[in-house]
Amino acid sequence: MGAPRYLAALAAILLAPSSVGASEFGDVERGAEFWKQCRTCHRIGPNASNKVGPNLNFIFGRPFAGAEGYRYSKAMKAAGEEGRTWDLDQLDAYITDPRGFLKGTKMTFKGIKDSQERADVLAWLRENSDNPQDIPEAAPTAIGTDHSVDPEILSIVGDPEYGEYLSSECLTCHRADGETDGIPSVTGWPEEDFVIAMHAYKDKVREHPVMQMMAGRLNNEEIAAVASYFKALGQE
Amino acid sequence: MKLNRRLFLGSSAALTASLAAPTVWGDNHGKPKVVVIGGGAGGATVARYLAKDSKGGIDVTLVEPTRTYYTCFFSNLYIAGFRDLASIGHSYGTLAGEYGINVIHELATGIDRDAKEVTLSGGAKLPYDRLVLSPGIDFVDGAVPGWDVSAQNAMPHAYKGGSQTELLKKQIEAMPEGGLFCMIAPPNPFRCPPGPYERISMIAHKLSEVNPTAKILIADPKEKFSKQALFEEGWDAHYGGMVERLGPDFGGGNVTVNPAEMTVDIDGDVNTVDVCNVIPAQKAGKICEMAGVTEGNWAPVVPATMQSRIDENIHVLGDATNQGDMPKSGFAANSQAKVAAMAIRGALTGSKVFPAKFTNTCWSLISTENGVKVGATYEATEEKIAKVDGFISQTGEDAELRKTTFEESVGWYSGITADMFG
Repeated sequence: MGAPRYLAALAAILLAPSSVGASEFGDVERGAEFWKQCRTCHRIGPNASNKVGPNLNFIFGRPFAGAEGYRYSKAMKAAGEEGRTWDLDQLDAYITDPRGFLKGTKMTFKGIKDSQERADVLAWLRENSDNPQDIPEAAPTAIGTDHSVDPEILSIVGDPEYGEYLSSECLTCHRADGETDGIPSVTGWPEEDFVIAMHAYKDKVREHPVMQMMAGRLNNEEIAAVASYFKALGQE
Repeated sequence: MKLNRRLFLGSSAALTASLAAPTVWGDNHGKPKVVVIGGGAGGATVARYLAKDSKGGIDVTLVEPTRTYYTCFFSNLYIAGFRDLASIGHSYGTLAGEYGINVIHELATGIDRDAKEVTLSGGAKLPYDRLVLSPGIDFVDGAVPGWDVSAQNAMPHAYKGGSQTELLKKQIEAMPEGGLFCMIAPPNPFRCPPGPYERISMIAHKLSEVNPTAKILIADPKEKFSKQALFEEGWDAHYGGMVERLGPDFGGGNVTVNPAEMTVDIDGDVNTVDVCNVIPAQKAGKICEMAGVTEGNWAPVVPATMQSRIDENIHVLGDATNQGDMPKSGFAANSQAKVAAMAIRGALTGSKVFPAKFTNTCWSLISTENGVKVGATYEATEEKIAKVDGFISQTGEDAELRKTTFEESVGWYSGITADMFG
């Protein structure tokens, strides 16, 4: 029984990314440790309220200055009015150096220089930031790793023009501007998460009947095309 | 302004002027022209997608007589008091201002297919390279003996959004204690198959709050109706004893109304009613008939492009079409509009064309936060828009799932109206 453990450890070393970039998530458990520091000012979860800092529910995909009732800095409000929304890259940059990222922010936290620590805490945030009562499933923060997808499928590069056409079907329900009102935003999702989530519906691992139907008739290339379109839409 | 400029160019004097000063009109010169008639789920969507995706490469004109569009979808929720009227009204300001669509609030009164020209109620003529007709429905004359549109104040149809919906709501609220509401339901095919039954649910909801001894009677020419098991389960659970439906076996298809006397004769049995909602048999919006693109009551279309089977320069969308398996719904019209926009752009600007995919989902509200849905996906075959896959809510679902479904419908409303009006 020692051998598998040894192999697993070796695999972990071999597979460990040499550096963790903004587009990757770290370890949720380590992130939970780090969260204790954030918790001095921030709350998260079904009954989370604004404290010194805003609550962090739905933070992925949430507009800047998007926590209702929180008194934001002028700088943050202005960013919100420009239509900016929080995604993985933006959050990573913000917590690296809050005041460097957004001059005039009220957040006095000095920032996290270690990219692995940021990845860990973002992973934890992502798992905890949605309120399940409001977003029944397929939340914008849904964990992409809930379904295994053939790496070959993940490596398909989507045709953005086809994606633009196919996405028009999604936009009957999912608002292009990323606003959520009973139906989650799909704008600006990381492509890989999008692809994995769609395959989870296609394979009926995820429950939602409309999404199972919609994903069920898209082939691998079509899913990649839609994923690339919505990722790009979030950057417009 | 654009209309004026085009009219100006239409005269020979203008031609001289334009040669002298070509920059005045240079921005529109040579662009393909698409005229869209009808600014609902089909028309507004196709106009917006054409303008958006061609990035100004197509000159898009939208002809819609009303300045504020009240959606039929969610109008039943307004009747129940779950929405206010303003929340289901939409203007065309964004389509004109942000998408550069030439929005004209007039009625299209004629179509010259040879000259490829639309005449407006104001007398102006609009030339087109492609014409899109998305006029919704009109009513079949004489469908309900005793009723015509001149009686629509006494017995509203409320099957086109806006003032009729408002009127019906007021009449229901003014019903005497223990009064009788009657609905004359339409035969197939008609706009929004679950619509009449969602309306019954919403009226029952309203009445059980303000007038609990009132009764609801439905005269229905159809054996079966959309989401029947779900509605009937809900009526029993929430409005026990209030709703009675007479199907064709009980003479539900043999109805005469008398709007002056406020009576309804169902198979020889005369009922005095307090409110009567007459939803007559339907046909394509009249402009389709005027354009000569109908066969029978509806306009047949080529599924892959939504082109009229009678004139390839005309596309028809939504309720007015005879297309195959899709229901007549706002969702379906919106879906068809995107296929048409892609096909039109392909034909006029050479952009890529992909295989048509269609979708529909219809949510209905049965009681407070008790939503159900039915939906399907479709593809284009030679012969028709053919169903691929579908689903429907189940009876006996728990309250939490129904609430989620209702919340989803609210999200959909927000999504589709943003998709239509920008």
